[in-house]
Amino acid sequence: MVVQAFAFYLFAGILILSALMVITARNPVHSVLFLILAFFNAAGLFIMLGAEFVGMILVIVYVGAVAVLFLFVVMMLDINFAEMRKGAKHYVPLGLAIGALLLFELYTLYGTWNMAEITKTNRAAPVESMEQLTNTEMLGSILYTDYVYPFQLAGLILLVAMIGAIVLTLRTRPDVRKQNIGDQVARRAEDVLEIVKVTPGTGV
Amino acid sequence: MDAVLNIGIGHFLTLAGIIFTIGVFGIFLNRRNVIVILMSIELMLLAVNINFIAFSAYLNDLTGQVFTMFILTVAAAEAAIGLAILVVFFRNKGSIEVDDISSLKG
Repeated sequence: MVVQAFAFYLFAGILILSALMVITARNPVHSVLFLILAFFNAAGLFIMLGAEFVGMILVIVYVGAVAVLFLFVVMMLDINFAEMRKGAKHYVPLGLAIGALLLFELYTLYGTWNMAEITKTNRAAPVESMEQLTNTEMLGSILYTDYVYPFQLAGLILLVAMIGAIVLTLRTRPDVRKQNIGDQVARRAEDVLEIVKVTPGTGV
Repeated sequence: MDAVLNIGIGHFLTLAGIIFTIGVFGIFLNRRNVIVILMSIELMLLAVNINFIAFSAYLNDLTGQVFTMFILTVAAAEAAIGLAILVVFFRNKGSIEVDDISSLKG
């Protein structure tokens, strides 16, 4: 129990600190790196709760794809970030007020909330019914059966996002000369080459 | 002491609440920088994921983990599209300040 508490406070503490650094760091590259640290710690918490597959997916998807995408964009765009932070202090009181209000509301919500008795019996996919399986097998056995339509829909969302990102960033530049292999292969010597017999002294 | 050492669902809900609040605060703090706003949104989605996983573990119900995966999908799609729009906007205007993004206002 003590080890579990120690692990929770370690992961949660680093998670909160790195989340704070994400929003306060002067350099956006540091923000992205702290975001990666935050996701690693969240993955640790997920594994602590027994959700190993989602924890690993979090590391692969967020650290491997999303954070690297952020890093790529931050480094590619030539932006003066120091200039952008000017005037940010004006919004600190408003942000603090709204944050404190939100935290207070969440606190009152959780403080008065009690789980209804029926919730514990009214479960969609109880873990006990598939005790002998690993976490990944359990997830697969309900994701591909009960949730197959949402799963397909998630794939469609990813496809639309991929096509959308490509279409948005693709640009055709008319001033760039590109190789056209079809034209090159279709070129015949008879069409482009003319043999002229030149008699001496007359010219072509 | 027992409430401190005995990690229950309340600890995870508190953690998720704090992370969500940090995300909201980040939007205000970096009001002009779209990239950090997108990162704040990722933090808020992470807080929601922590809630889902905590309830999933507490109730011994796998549905929370399934929905976490759907949220991850949507978050990845959102980040990809958002950053693509950002790159296109920077190409056209040479800036990513939120105050400059008002061409649609008419």
